[in-house]
Amino acid sequence: MFEICIDPEKLSGLSWLTCYITTPKHLNLFYSVGTVLLLLLITAPTALLFGFGGAVMARSKILLIKIVGNAYISIVRGVPDIAFFLFFVIAIDQLLEWTRHKILCPEWSEPIRQGNDFVVCTAAKLPLSSSPQWIHEVYGFLLAVFTFAIVFGAFAANVLYGAMRAVPKAQIETAVSFGMTERKVFHRILIPQMWIFALPGLGNLWMILIKATPLLFLLGVEDVVYWARELGGTKTAKFTSYPHGDWRVWYFLGLLIFYLAFTRVSELIIDNLMKNLSRGSATLGGDLQRYVGR
Amino acid sequence: MKKLIMSTVIWGLTAGLSLAGSHSVIRMGTEGAYPPWNYVDDNGEVAGFERELGDELCKRAELNCEWVINDWDSIIPNLVSGNYDTIIAGMSITDERKEKIDFTTNYTQPDPSSYLAASEGADWKTGIIAAQSNTIQAAYIAATGATLVEFATPEETIAAVRNGEADAVLADASYLNPIAEEDPGLMFVGDRPLIGGGVGMGIRKSDSDLRDKFTAAIDSMKADGTLNALIVKHEIGETF
Repeated sequence: MFEICIDPEKLSGLSWLTCYITTPKHLNLFYSVGTVLLLLLITAPTALLFGFGGAVMARSKILLIKIVGNAYISIVRGVPDIAFFLFFVIAIDQLLEWTRHKILCPEWSEPIRQGNDFVVCTAAKLPLSSSPQWIHEVYGFLLAVFTFAIVFGAFAANVLYGAMRAVPKAQIETAVSFGMTERKVFHRILIPQMWIFALPGLGNLWMILIKATPLLFLLGVEDVVYWARELGGTKTAKFTSYPHGDWRVWYFLGLLIFYLAFTRVSELIIDNLMKNLSRGSATLGGDLQRYVGR
Repeated sequence: MKKLIMSTVIWGLTAGLSLAGSHSVIRMGTEGAYPPWNYVDDNGEVAGFERELGDELCKRAELNCEWVINDWDSIIPNLVSGNYDTIIAGMSITDERKEKIDFTTNYTQPDPSSYLAASEGADWKTGIIAAQSNTIQAAYIAATGATLVEFATPEETIAAVRNGEADAVLADASYLNPIAEEDPGLMFVGDRPLIGGGVGMGIRKSDSDLRDKFTAAIDSMKADGTLNALIVKHEIGETF
């Protein structure tokens, strides 16, 4: 990357380190931090949306919808994350390819399952094997986002379901007596007031989501933990210009600090949000703010 | 909105239809953590014996190849489910693996495995021996009197010997040699058991055309001596 890095053997100290951490291979570690942040940024709102959908379905008065909502919440919450990740991603990938295969290659006569092999026609491959590597990576990433959203959506649904029930009944009854329709009660009274009850649970989920990001590697996305292990391992001088001993402890220490700092900042933001939402709400926190002073 | 969703779905289902041809790109799956066979160099590219071999094979078979890194433990499941088309990762041809996938003809000779330990007196017969999981060495140790500890990557097996977690590591001599050369604290001990039947490329059972193409390319490299030259250059072991 820098001009001084042309002959690494002559370098020492800080300039060696500068050159070392800017090799194209090492830059992958920094990109993967971006991948993790991007995953969180996309997954959190998607999971919240799934959760909201699940909670509303579970509250429905129509029996069928209620059953679907409850089934989603309890099945996904009950299955271990790792099992879900390993099974669901392969299943969804094969379902998509199977669908494309049926539409795109109707004349295909061979079976799709041949022993261990899952064989679809070339045009049905997702992504196409002719597409460049970055498309394969984006596809894998999107599958990961979707899987994370499904899993964390179920937990979020449970939190939101509980929060909706925690809104004081008097508030709802007052709204009804004012002549509000059911829809209006939901939009103007229930939803704005439930967040304060949902926030501790959702904040907790966000922390767990941050910690769960290393599961990305299970899905074939090379995340920070993968690169920390790969880069930290002993490197022999024969195969790299930057040989070093077992540095995994330093890399993982770096990860530890990264994750700790990240969760700490999240905690501060959540606390702040909590304070703002409590203002004027019919909860103990809100009452305290009113009587004791801010 | 409904229209938008439908058209997105249709686009997704038909995208790239015109680009599709039979095996226009062959995706080569490798581990990228097993020097000198395959590893990721400072530029972040796959390098090593199998990189050079694979590129030459693709040239001879007139295939357009692309390299993909996948961890060792899931390298066979991901081949079978079609994430890439070949495994070229120092994988020995064994009967157990042949039940799941096909192999091309072997491109290296059966190579004796070696024990690498941190002291001359290390107990390689009944002690704690490290090996990478799902390898022929792991299966071999499990069948002997020694206690097996498995690791997901080759590098971790060496680290286990260095920090005393294991008495010795059993691995291909070609992998251990460069490590032993640079670290005076590590030495070879005990037997050199001959396990495995040479290394070949793993290919889906349903993909016999591709297997035959690569076998033909390997045979042509064996015939004109280029394969031997690569084996010598990367110090992989015996030549043909």
